[in-house]
Amino acid sequence: MKIAVCIKRVPDSETRVKIAADGKSLDEAGVKFILNPYDEFAVEEALRRKEQAGAGEVVVIALGPAAAQETIRTALAMGADRGILLQADRLPVDGFEAAKALAAELKNAGFDLILFGKMAIDDSNHQVGPMVAELLDLPCVTTVAHLEIASGKGVAEREIEGGVEVVEFPLPAVLTTDKGLNEPRYPALKGIMAAKKKPLDVKPTALGAGGLEIVALTPPPERPAGKIVGEGAAAVPELVRLLREEAKVL
Amino acid sequence: MSDVLAVLEQRDGVVRKVSHEVVTGARRLADALGGSVDALLLAAGAARGADLLGGFGADKVITLIHAAFGSYAPEGYARVIAERVQTAAGRYGAVVFAASATGKDLAPRVAARLGRPLAQDVTDVGAESGAVTVVRPVYAGKALLQLKIVGSPALLSLRPNVFTPVQRPKAGAQESVAGNGPAGRVVVKQIKAADAGTLDVAEAPIIVSGGRGLKEPANFKVLEQLAAAFGGRAAVGASRAVVDAGWRPHADQVGQTGKTVSPTLYVAVGISGAIQHLAGMRTSKVIVAINKDKDAPIFKVADYGIVGDLFEIVPKLAEEIRKLHG
Ligand SMILES: Cc1cc2nc3c(=O)[nH]c(=O)nc-3n(C[C@H](O)[C@H](O)[C@H](O)COP(=O)(O)OP(=O)(O)OC[C@H]3O[C@@H](n4cnc5c(N)ncnc54)[C@H](O)[C@@H]3O)c2cc1C
Ligand SMILES: Nc1ncnc2c1ncn2[C@@H]1O[C@H](COP(=O)(O)O)[C@@H](O)[C@H]1O
Repeated sequence: MKIAVCIKRVPDSETRVKIAADGKSLDEAGVKFILNPYDEFAVEEALRRKEQAGAGEVVVIALGPAAAQETIRTALAMGADRGILLQADRLPVDGFEAAKALAAELKNAGFDLILFGKMAIDDSNHQVGPMVAELLDLPCVTTVAHLEIASGKGVAEREIEGGVEVVEFPLPAVLTTDKGLNEPRYPALKGIMAAKKKPLDVKPTALGAGGLEIVALTPPPERPAGKIVGEGAAAVPELVRLLREEAKVL
Repeated sequence: MSDVLAVLEQRDGVVRKVSHEVVTGARRLADALGGSVDALLLAAGAARGADLLGGFGADKVITLIHAAFGSYAPEGYARVIAERVQTAAGRYGAVVFAASATGKDLAPRVAARLGRPLAQDVTDVGAESGAVTVVRPVYAGKALLQLKIVGSPALLSLRPNVFTPVQRPKAGAQESVAGNGPAGRVVVKQIKAADAGTLDVAEAPIIVSGGRGLKEPANFKVLEQLAAAFGGRAAVGASRAVVDAGWRPHADQVGQTGKTVSPTLYVAVGISGAIQHLAGMRTSKVIVAINKDKDAPIFKVADYGIVGDLFEIVPKLAEEIRKLHG
């Protein structure tokens, strides 16, 4: 099994969002960056598939600034075999530009599986995986929460509103991973040491500007200060009155 | 030049409710662009509820019929939608999807086929000198990104529950067309339905969510009773803590690694209000918090709060709600 996993460097989910002076981007000062949590499921799944097959290679690919080498090292420490950094200093918000750059790298490289997270937690674009699949003309299943693969065919389960879709697809294929697929391992000390010596190719990458122009990045509207209606069950009638008469939601 | 194509969904041959919102959003965009709305359904036969779509603002409802389109066929759907947009030769200024499980899967495929960018999960739409503008939450709802979509068509998906359907006294024209070509390599074999009658948290207008404060899985019965008191309009949600503990299914999880919801009413019960939970529900219209800790962060985003023991408060609340509906 030769498996590629596309991984993104993103701000930690605890990040306090401060908007930069340009009014259009995140002020990155003091922000801690991590491997996108959904991509951890993808890395874990790749490692398990390779372990099961008893042979193969797991290649992690990140498109991003030089600092994304750290993100790649995290995945190498989990157990991936080698990394590729498509180095670009600024990523456009247009996910299609990222998809094109990743597809160019993945094309004709002979992967049986190409894995993505279902979305990056910074831009929540929710699109790069299936776009790459279309560009490479590969079958694709998104938001996979359960997966079985045998003799060149896969069966995946994905959550839909009010149910679960059971989907069949042939390999090679592109999959995007959802929570529930597996429990990602933590890199062990041995893995962290080994990761330092694993190959990491850096390739300068030029990206188009894309078709999405940022007008502004703003804080979400403040929720008007709420009120504590009261304490205990005695406050319930007043709560119901407010929901009916003030909020008008009942 | 500036018509809008609304891509709709059906399940088991019935138009889904989220599609009413898509037509409503498409209408709003078409009015801003000065065009009309074509609504597109893919189905195995005539879909029930297609006749109602004119009332939400569709000028024309086109049903593409193909034996293999009864349930979602990712590649076949993407192909025929992209072909339709291409054949319309520039007539569509925008293509609007639902940011549902299906829409979020389908829209990027269509976008890549058309070589166009995509704005997923938008919460507002508009137009500025002919260009489509959108607003979408980023950084887990901690910021809003305002975007101008350069070029045409603009592709976007609408966050469920945000575009409240507006009824108009109008019937759209109906048209049926035979779909053709292969359905694709990816095949939906089966849909394992959740228990009949349970609403999905992503689409419920009312959500009653429980956290670790419930103490044990069996206690979720009090939340189910509260949800039932709302008469079929409420779903039961959960925090990650209780999903990770195996008390509730992952499908019910609200938050950054769960679902993003925007119901009319969100009742957080025994949930502390961690930033990753807030990420999933802060755009709810009205938030009620019930927590015994008056300093719990959930009270900072709640419109109304009651401090106290949920095991006393929730049954009383269910009783009062039942009285209203009784
Ligand atoms: C990367 C990442 C992603 C995450 N994604 C999510 C996500 O998608 N969704 C999510 O929810 N969390 C998520 N989390 C976890 C989040 O940080 C919190 O740990 C979690 O939300 C806490 O769940 P809780 O509020 O149920 O539990 P707790 O924080 O333990 O809160 C329990 C609350 O119940 C109250 N309580 C206890 N007993 C009673 C009683 N008898 N009556 C009334 N109140 C009572 C307590 O005062 C307390 O406030 C994520 C974390 C990380 C790091
Ligand atoms: N810059 C990037 N480098 C590598 N992978 C990426 C990048 N951006 C997105 N991805 C992959 O695409 C998935 C979906 O991202 P998005 O469409 O941006 O929400 C992520 O979980 C990653 O697997």
